[in-house]
Amino acid sequence: MIATVGAETAFDPLAFASLTAADFSANDQLARLIGEPEFGSLFHQGEKDSMYLADIAHRVILVVLFDNHTTLGLVKLRVKSAVGSLNHVFIEMQAREEAGANRVESGFVGDAEDEIDRLFGE
Amino acid sequence: MSMINYASREINCKLVYYGPGLGGKTTNLEHVFSKIAPTAKGKMISLATETERTLFFDFLPVDLGTIRGFKTRFHLYTVPGQVYYNASRKLILKGVDGVAFVADSQIERMEANIESMQNLYSNLAEHGYDLTQIPFVIQYNKRDLPNAAPVPELQTAINPGWPVEDLTRQRLTPDPRHEGEFLVEQVNGQWVERAPYFESVATSGDGVFDTLKALSKLVIKTLG
Repeated sequence: MIATVGAETAFDPLAFASLTAADFSANDQLARLIGEPEFGSLFHQGEKDSMYLADIAHRVILVVLFDNHTTLGLVKLRVKSAVGSLNHVFIEMQAREEAGANRVESGFVGDAEDEIDRLFGE
Repeated sequence: MSMINYASREINCKLVYYGPGLGGKTTNLEHVFSKIAPTAKGKMISLATETERTLFFDFLPVDLGTIRGFKTRFHLYTVPGQVYYNASRKLILKGVDGVAFVADSQIERMEANIESMQNLYSNLAEHGYDLTQIPFVIQYNKRDLPNAAPVPELQTAINPGWPVEDLTRQRLTPDPRHEGEFLVEQVNGQWVERAPYFESVATSGDGVFDTLKALSKLVIKTLG
């Protein structure tokens, strides 16, 4: 699930999301190597554009892209309060999903198999 | 593994191509990327070294479209095969829904295949998954090479099978793709199950989609 807000970006959001997830996972392992349970946020500095990443409810990654018109300190401040409220939203959402049966309606499997045959049929 | 997101009406399935270095995992993905309809595929990402060896992973999203109200997508990943990248391999297996093991058929690579299979088993176990319980297929790649080992030899070494404890599954199950062979059978009085296998030449694309089709169907079945 990917949601974006703000100025439109030129890159592929799915590719961006997969790399972000890998970035977070790799840094998680680095954190463990130095004895930290995790890195809750990451910062990548560029010449003009930079990004700040924050973990939400161990399930979602918030990425803020920003340029020289603002400062890292301000971004951190805003992200901190956003993470607080988003944490609640996603924890509640997760609880609702776990309460529901993890199944799709009957007929889904057959339809999906037909689609797989069509798409991967060469 | 939570593949179904009811809030966004999305189903995402993570398929991982595993196997020894230079076995053809990336080539599998490249073939899928080159042949699949442009509307169904996303951007292919390769985090590779200067010598084209996979450093972290390759990633290719494939869209199955909206099925019964759910936007359904497969995320295809490869792992770096080289032995010393185990931390990366383990990371990529997190949240996996199905595994295709790409074995190198060359006789000289037999040890590397076995080592990689053991590595897969133990890395999955560290995430709490059991290879015998998740969708899993094996691909014997490079069948066109003169030094390719015979399939029965590869089967014995790489896909010897695992004991079937579930009584309802203890019945002779023919392998629909190989006449006279069985996916579940009795060996020396013990019921044994083997992973479905496919022969391939990934460089020309032979067997690539057969493997992907079989694995994705196994994964979809777990949702039903």
